[in-house]
Amino acid sequence: MGDLMKLLVAVKRVVDYNIKVHIKPDGSNVELAGARMSINPFDENAMEEAMRLKEIGVATEVVAVTVGTAAAQDVLRHALAMGADRAILLESADVLEPLGVAKLLKILVEREQPSLVLLGKQSIDDDTCQTGQMLAALLDYGQGAFISTLNIENGEAVVTREIEGGTEKIAVALPAVLTTDLRLNEPRYVKLPNLMMAKKKPIQTISAAEFGIDVSPRLALVKVADPPARKACAMVNNVQELVEKLRSEARVLP
Amino acid sequence: MSVLILAEHENQKLKPSVAQLVNAAQCWKQTVHVLLVGNDLAAAAQGAAAITGVASVMCVEAPHLQHPLAEDVANIIVGMGREYSVILAAHSAFGRNVLPRAAALLDVEMVGNVVEIQAPATYVRPIYVGNVFATVRSKDPIQVVTLRASRFDMADIGNNAEIVNLAPPPASAKTRWLSEIRNQSDRPELGSASVVVSGGRSLGSAENFESVLAPLAAKLHSALGATRSAVDAGFAPNDIQIGQTGTVVAPELYIAVGISGAVQHTAGMQDSKIVVAINHDPDASIFQMADYGLIADLFEAVPALTAALP
Ligand SMILES: Cc1cc2nc3c(=O)[nH]c(=O)nc-3n(C[C@H](O)[C@H](O)[C@H](O)COP(=O)(O)OP(=O)(O)OC[C@H]3O[C@@H](n4cnc5c(N)ncnc54)[C@H](O)[C@@H]3O)c2cc1C
Ligand SMILES: Cc1cc2nc3c(=O)[nH]c(=O)nc-3n(C[C@H](O)[C@H](O)[C@H](O)COP(=O)(O)OP(=O)(O)OC[C@H]3O[C@@H](n4cnc5c(N)ncnc54)[C@H](O)[C@@H]3O)c2cc1C
Repeated sequence: MGDLMKLLVAVKRVVDYNIKVHIKPDGSNVELAGARMSINPFDENAMEEAMRLKEIGVATEVVAVTVGTAAAQDVLRHALAMGADRAILLESADVLEPLGVAKLLKILVEREQPSLVLLGKQSIDDDTCQTGQMLAALLDYGQGAFISTLNIENGEAVVTREIEGGTEKIAVALPAVLTTDLRLNEPRYVKLPNLMMAKKKPIQTISAAEFGIDVSPRLALVKVADPPARKACAMVNNVQELVEKLRSEARVLP
Repeated sequence: MSVLILAEHENQKLKPSVAQLVNAAQCWKQTVHVLLVGNDLAAAAQGAAAITGVASVMCVEAPHLQHPLAEDVANIIVGMGREYSVILAAHSAFGRNVLPRAAALLDVEMVGNVVEIQAPATYVRPIYVGNVFATVRSKDPIQVVTLRASRFDMADIGNNAEIVNLAPPPASAKTRWLSEIRNQSDRPELGSASVVVSGGRSLGSAENFESVLAPLAAKLHSALGATRSAVDAGFAPNDIQIGQTGTVVAPELYIAVGISGAVQHTAGMQDSKIVVAINHDPDASIFQMADYGLIADLFEAVPALTAALP
């Protein structure tokens, strides 16, 4: 593949992390109508890393992709404003699960032939934390999940991964799939002029149906509910009172 | 059909999550097999064989599996997987790395971070930073599930299951393990500790983090945890971050010191039995999560608490 690298970055439109979502009165799903939507925070880290690789001359082209409805174009604009060269909307009105998203992205990867696919390690809405690993499996690529450093060296992505009790370093042969942790970098702030410029860049739309694969859900949502409530907090006046309560009431101290 | 549990181990010791998974697996009323992947597995295999409810322990040993890679472990699971109706792992960094890869190769969706098994294919899992609990039913022929292990009691010990050795498939040619950094600590493992003392950015420095919290942790024989802000500021190592993007804990006692209580943090400790919050701001949202609250300066309250304990 030579030294010239194309990068594909998957970005997802999610409810903004500052918003507390509510449940529909019938408990059938969460109410998303009118909620402020943003790019998934982890995907900003993926975009940032892609731009840094381009700025140091390792990458030549950065392509952002999202799977969703036309409304998801706003996260592609965000990616373009961060510096992506091109953006693709894989348009689908279906409720997609990670396996379905991975299957659609696989076909796009086969068309675009990037050397590296970057995804967020998890999305903050559904929190499944699996799309990248699934995509790597379907492509039969190596994977680097939950990465906090990245260097491209001799046709490999050398990454630090966050694991229990510390970190590990692995080298993944290119082409590869990587998923990003928040600690990978500090995403750049998108300036208004860049956002205005991004509005003029074209977004390519591909109908996911055109790919002709079955992405129907494997899971049925039975219901959604509030988490189990905690009982009200008892305020104590001092450390002695706290120790006394922990001992005699909560019985967590000897 | 049977249940396959992907076991985690470290330094030849089985992790406590394995006994929790074995207990959770009993709801399927099927034979339970435990899969161990690594090098030099004898001691961990003995540990797994002793767990009540385990029918066999399957060991895949090879030098290149000393530090198992997702590619290799997923291949092993897929090689065995079609004989199983359920494949379980803990929702840990290891489980989350491996199981989605195996699920995709088996062409099934994975159900992640399950906190309750309501029926053999019906699961409860938190979404939206733990603000919502979703009940989902899987239609897949093989159930691939990661469990929040701390939500399940441990199975008893006192069994002597058979131990079977399986030949390893060839090593992945795509990924190489290079090195690791393990943060050394004599404290209990965070994910399974029964007491956790956790600190925020308010500690102000790595030195304070250690000098204020370590004596309390020592008296309580607790693990230490931290907020993302404390980790990002360099006060605490990354592997003790608690929250949506860190470790999820469910101790008997959780002491939150100078922590504001952002949902991304509380998502990682909301299962704790008793929560104590020490914060000088009476409006801090951590008090909504707490059983006992103390409005105080942490630099005075924590040493006083340490001194008051035997
Ligand atoms: C209660 C509930 C309600 C739901 N409602 C809806 C709904 O209204 N509409 C709907 O579409 N789905 C809905 N889903 C499905 C859910 O959002 C999907 O599981 C999700 O699209 C894929 O999983 P994830 O984003 O959590 O994956 P993760 O594996 O956590 O995501 C990791 C990374 O994968 C990439 N990625 C994931 N999805 C996309 C994407 N679509 N485009 C580009 N990159 C992506 C991103 O880089 C992301 O950071 C719902 C699920 C539940 C439980
Ligand atoms: C996508 C995403 C993922 C995230 N994931 C995580 C995660 O996994 N874990 C996590 O923790 N955070 C996470 N965060 C960050 C989270 O939103 C909060 O910013 C963070 O938890 C705040 O940490 P803190 O409580 O230490 O700091 P602050 O919010 O700054 O709170 C400090 C608190 O200390 C109190 N205080 C100050 N001085 C004293 C004193 N002397 N005595 C007593 N009290 C004092 C203050 O009153 C305040 O309440 C995430 C954020 C995002 C956007």
